This record gives sequence, C-alpha cells and structure tokens, in this order.
Amino acid sequence: MGNAYRGDDAVGLRIAQHLGAQVHPCFPVVVHHGDGLALIELWQDKETVFVVDAAHSGAPPGTIYRFEAHREPIPARLFHYSTHAIGLPGAIELSRALHRLPSRLVVYGIEGCTFQSGAGLSEEVEVAAQEVAARVNREAGLAAEE
Amino acid sequence: MTSKTIKVNYLARVEGEGGLSVKIKGNQVTDLQLNIFEPPRFFEAFLRGRRYDEAPDITARICGICPVAYQMSATHAMENAFGVTVGGPLRALRRLLYCGEWIESHTLHIYLLHAPDFLGFPDAIHMAKAHPGVLERGLQLKKIGNQIVSLVGGREIHPINVKVGGFYKAPTKAELYTLYEPLQWAMDAARETVRWVAALPFPALERDYEFVALRHSDEYPFNEGRLVSSHGMDIAIADYEEHFVEEHVPYSNALHSRLKQRGAYLVGPLARYSLNFDRLTPAAQEAARAAGLAEVCRNPFKSIVVRSVELLYACEEALRIIRAYEYPDVAAEAIQPHAGIGHGLTEAPRGILYHRYCIDDQGVITEAKIVPPTSQNQKAIEADLRELIGKNVDLARQPLTWLCEQAIRNYDPCISCATHFLKLQIEPG
Repeated sequence: MGNAYRGDDAVGLRIAQHLGAQVHPCFPVVVHHGDGLALIELWQDKETVFVVDAAHSGAPPGTIYRFEAHREPIPARLFHYSTHAIGLPGAIELSRALHRLPSRLVVYGIEGCTFQSGAGLSEEVEVAAQEVAARVNREAGLAAEE
Repeated sequence: MTSKTIKVNYLARVEGEGGLSVKIKGNQVTDLQLNIFEPPRFFEAFLRGRRYDEAPDITARICGICPVAYQMSATHAMENAFGVTVGGPLRALRRLLYCGEWIESHTLHIYLLHAPDFLGFPDAIHMAKAHPGVLERGLQLKKIGNQIVSLVGGREIHPINVKVGGFYKAPTKAELYTLYEPLQWAMDAARETVRWVAALPFPALERDYEFVALRHSDEYPFNEGRLVSSHGMDIAIADYEEHFVEEHVPYSNALHSRLKQRGAYLVGPLARYSLNFDRLTPAAQEAARAAGLAEVCRNPFKSIVVRSVELLYACEEALRIIRAYEYPDVAAEAIQPHAGIGHGLTEAPRGILYHRYCIDDQGVITEAKIVPPTSQNQKAIEADLRELIGKNVDLARQPLTWLCEQAIRNYDPCISCATHFLKLQIEPG
C-alpha cells in the first residue's frame, strides 16, 4: 500500500516491485490504494495475507515493524496517515468485528521520514524495503509449505 | 453570567481536516467558527495551461469519494464551451456512473460515518460489534456501488474512462447485466436501509433553509437541469456567478459561498429532495412517506433518512438504465475545441458542484473556477450549530460535544479527500 507521489509513503509499492519477480507462486502481489473497505473485500476469504505499508511515529527512518494482526490490533499511531475514511487499522478492526479477517494477517510497517509531495524514497527506507521484501518472501515460502 | 468555550481541534468521520470553535455567554452563542485548516490545494491554478481534455482526470483527483462528480461537472463545462450535447446511451451511462457514486458515497456515510452518532457508538467498528448484520448490509451495498463505478468508469477509485464527449470505451449490454442481480438485491437492501434509519432517534431542529438544487423537467437530478431554490430562484447554470459569490473568512482555508441577495443557503440531499420530491420514483416516494418524511424536510438530522431514500432511487435508476441500454454507435461525440467559456454544474452526493473554464483557441485552459458543495454549505453548518447550541446550552459537556459533532456530520462534509480525526474540548470561559 502507498502513494507513489508522497516520498516514503511509497515504500509499500517499492516492496511490491521487489516481490513481483520473486514471491512464492501461492502469493499474488496486489498493489492497493489503501481504502480500508476495499481491503476487507480483498483479504476476507484468504488464508494468509501480508500487508506492507509506511509507518510514521518518530522512530529512526527505516525501522521495520512486524505485527500479527490476526492476534491483536496494530498500533494505530504508526499508521495514522490515510486519505480514506477507513484506513488500515480501522479495516483490520472492522474485519475482526465482522469475522472477516484472514486466518493469518501479517502487517509490516516501515518507518518513513519524508512524506512530501514529489519526494522519492529516502536512503534508509530503500534499504529497509529490500530487507522487508526478503522477509516477506521467506515467510511466504514457509507459509506455502505448511 | 457564565460563559464557556467549545473547541473542536479535529473533526472526525468527515473528509479532510477541520475543527470547530464556539464561545458561549449565558444562553447566547457569541462566536462560532467552523475552522478548515487543511492547506489550500490550488487545483484551479494547476488547471491553467493544461488541455481541456485533461480537466476531468485532474479534477477527479480532488476527492476520492466523489471523483465522478468532478468528472461530470468538468465534462459538461467543456461540452458547454464547445457547443456539444451528449445524448442517448452515453447520457444514460453518465447517469449510471453517477448512480454508482451516490450508492458508494451515501452508503459509506449512512452506515460507517453517521449511524454510529445516532446509536451512541464512537465509530463504525464499535457499531459492527453490536450490529454486525447491519454493517454487513452496508458493506455489500457499497461494494455494488463500487462495481458500477468500476465497470462504467474503468476503476472504482478515480475512474479513468470518462472523457469530454462521452467515454473512452462503452460497456456492452451483457457487461452491464452482470450488475443487474446485485442491484436487485441492493433495491431490497436500500428499502431496508430506509426503514432502519427511520427508527433512529432524531434531535429536534427545524431550520428555515433556502434550498438550492438542480431541477430537471422529468428526472431526479444528476447532471442536468436549471438551478432552482425554495425562495424562487430559477436560473441557467451559466448564470451561477451572477447569483452566488465566494468570500474568504480569516479562520477557514475554504472559501465561504453565499447568495449575493440572501446569504446562507443549503445544498445536498435535503435540498435536492425538498425541491424534487415529485421527480422521485413511486417506490422512493413510498419509502420516504413510510419513513415519516414529508415532501419537504427541514430537520438536518433527518438527512440520513433522505440519503437512504436517494440510495433507493439510485439503485432503481441504475436498474432502469441497464434495462433500457443500447450499445452506442460511438463511445464519445467528436470534439472540436475552440476559444470559449464553459459552465458545468452537477449534483455530487453532497450537493451541487460548479465548474467554469475559459479555453483559448488551442483548447488550453486559461482560467478555472470550482465551487464544491461543502464550501457552499459552510454558512448553513455554522447557522445550524448556532441554533442547536442555543437550544441545548444547558447540556453537560459530553452530550453537547456529541450533538455538535453529529450536527456537522449531518452534512457529510468533504473538507478534502484527506483523513479524519476529532478531539473536542469544552472549557470554562
């Protein structure tokens, strides 16, 4: 998830690019605009889903977070930038209330530092994007074998 | 004499960034400001120097909830400038696309943004825990709206299939019929929505609005008609700026619109409904009456019922259009750009959206003016709040706060396509 025109907010899209060529065949890569209600539609009948998105909490840029959202809510303070009525944390909790969560929903957040219009990815976030792509690929492979 | 201040730093469950500040002395509201502090977005300036055919896609980016409205007002304005009229199946497809947007937008507001206020929940997530079946119905309805926009518009957010003169590609009748069964379910779900919201508890408030909406000779209005008001105004779209003016107020980054002669006015579902009840289908009229609505509704809290009636109308109209649709000979009328001025005004889910463009002889935009519905309703929102707070000034802090937020959300205000947040404080003066 992310916005290609808002600096580090695009990190999810960059990870999708990295994964496009290497992710396990059981896991299609979907680039999503981030509308929470559409996310619910997308993941509701899936077994295992990985979501990657930018985070913003004041931590050092490139910090990687990993949450098992099927177990507990993700911290909304990390994912509070959304141009939609229901963002990622809201979509997860609405799904939980309606029993529409995937059996396993893993959320990776990557701390960004600049979200300005027209900016590119910062160096630290570029490095983190490669790391998260590798982790997701590894986790997806293990999940596919289960 | 006691005094107090109500301060809303960030409005929640609205589109964009705004707040509210109120000063009360005794039983009188001495100052009230709807603060819109979201930065100006300069779209009118972006459009200068761009080609006429870029306007629908550029302006669609103004809002993620009502991009179709921006595309419709832009295309109508350009066609007005070039003397082109779009009729037949292409006109019908535009109405169908608008049905999709109304279904999406009204459902989002009814079920996820506004209903929690009436039922005492802080948000839709808490409401979903107590009323999962209701939320399931809302999500399914919204999905059907998305499907219409996706099929006719090319994708569900910021559609890409709309062009000046028509569409880039027209759907086949068979493609449209894939929506038919879901829309039949949606008709029933919309009827149930009207029944459900009619039973909500509505705060007492009757306002003497001047309603302003489009009125068409034989349709409930989406794209075309004359601009009329409950105080006798009846004008062509091209005369809009002779009657309305926008003003800057120091505490808001959104311009305030007013009628030059009479000041505040109201646009949106309440105005459309009250000026066009006779243009609704019999089924929608029957649902409205059964819900206890008169032909004119002046209680802004009942806008949730009116939205539900319009939701039912949009489902029924979409079915009618699909049944009657014939694949067009061309996907778009030919356009020969030339120098001119074009005006467009269509009914966005939240009310009238006005566009005016000046075009040079190369088809390049030299000037653009856009007046969105929320800008037009700001004065009415403030007037509602003044009256509401004045009548409920003895309420404790929390219920008064709740009532103020609920009253603002009556308007489904679209401060922008940005996010939402609300922290409200009432402090002793």
